[in-house]
Amino acid sequence: MSIWEYANPKKFMSTTAPVLPWVFGLAGLCLAVGLVWGFFFTPDDYRQGSTVKIIYLHVPSALMAINAWLMMLVASLIWLVRRHHVSALAARAAAPVGIAMTLIALATGAIWGQPMWGTWWAWDPRLTSFLILFLFYLGYVALWAAIEDPDTAADLTSVLCIVGSVFALLSRYAVNFWNQGLHQGASLSLDKEENVSDVFYQPLLLSMAGFILLFIALVILRTRTEIRVRRIKALLTRARRA
Amino acid sequence: MIALLTRDLRLAVRAGGGFGLGLAFFLIVVVLVPFGVGPQTELLSRIAPGILWVAALLAALLSLDRILALDYEDGSLALLATSPLPLEATGLVKAVAHWLTTGLPLTMAAPVLGFLLHLKPEGYLPLLGSLALGTPALSMIGTFGAALTVGVRRGGLLLSLLVLPLYVPTLIFGAEVVRRGAEGLATTTPLIMLAGITLGCFALLPFASAAALRVNLK
Repeated sequence: MSIWEYANPKKFMSTTAPVLPWVFGLAGLCLAVGLVWGFFFTPDDYRQGSTVKIIYLHVPSALMAINAWLMMLVASLIWLVRRHHVSALAARAAAPVGIAMTLIALATGAIWGQPMWGTWWAWDPRLTSFLILFLFYLGYVALWAAIEDPDTAADLTSVLCIVGSVFALLSRYAVNFWNQGLHQGASLSLDKEENVSDVFYQPLLLSMAGFILLFIALVILRTRTEIRVRRIKALLTRARRA
Repeated sequence: MIALLTRDLRLAVRAGGGFGLGLAFFLIVVVLVPFGVGPQTELLSRIAPGILWVAALLAALLSLDRILALDYEDGSLALLATSPLPLEATGLVKAVAHWLTTGLPLTMAAPVLGFLLHLKPEGYLPLLGSLALGTPALSMIGTFGAALTVGVRRGGLLLSLLVLPLYVPTLIFGAEVVRRGAEGLATTTPLIMLAGITLGCFALLPFASAAALRVNLK
């Protein structure tokens, strides 16, 4: 029993089919409890008022926007090294979810920034590097869409993903150099010293778990769709040849 | 390698089109800016570093799809792939040839255009230095992008979408050098970062380009 067994599409399909509703359900549960708790049962911040509550959407989506790219990087490497098709398809499936997460993070940030910073958008390092990450996602998806042969597309997008990771990291530090920030530093870390206070922390953890589960569920769902698309194509070609 | 380099240079100069086009584009963008923002000297001299860098970057972008597309279409890229020269070296040479035909002329022309934009006198040396250091990175990144999209029909737009985000760090540090130079501040740090990006690109991207080319030529 090893993880590589799931590289077999059939095995992947049969394993994920019963798991998928559970992941979706758990994600929905975590999100519902976390968000309702966060929105309605936490006190207002003494300076930010009720706007602080957008943290329950903003922080988890920003977290997943970055981790989605990381997951694509790992999946791309697996494809390049071991040539498992499911892995390439999972990377492809994760990209649009990553785009959505990036957009949620940018939009909620803008909505929060309007009353708090007095501006929807500022050319601040964190904001700018997120916008650049968004452009990387767009390029990645466009490259997938532009190439017809699936193996070639998987190879080329993997190379782009690896190079893009390096440059995304580089941009992250370059924009730091270019402009001093408006965005506050991390208010969440594993050592509890600099955390937000406990009342906000617990629902936040719950909605983060919800976003992670939602991401996993969506990626599995989309990977299953991609596998089915692949199968239909194969069947059509076979039917045409017969 | 040298034979390939001279061949590419000769093709670029004699076959027409690509060589002067980038320079003309650079000139036009810089001329258009005062029409857009108005002719105030003070404003122009403040935004000159950024404008010059963005214009140079776009001019370099313009000729990227010519790096490999023509060779791919007439089959000489396949010949190059079967030659004893490794594809990594081919990618490197292509980038160098692109730089010699676009980056170097752009660097040379930039001070004249800086004059048009009232760039402060202290800014000229940093401008030359930063373009000379930064444009090779643009060529190398562009070669990588061209290698990725060489199999795509009419991949020019896709190429820009892929390459422009990769240009961000180079642009930031390049324009930062000129801005600091024009304001009389120390330029060493961004200059070193810029050189680091260029060297890093030349060390790593030939391998990525060769990997992409191998997939496309399969």
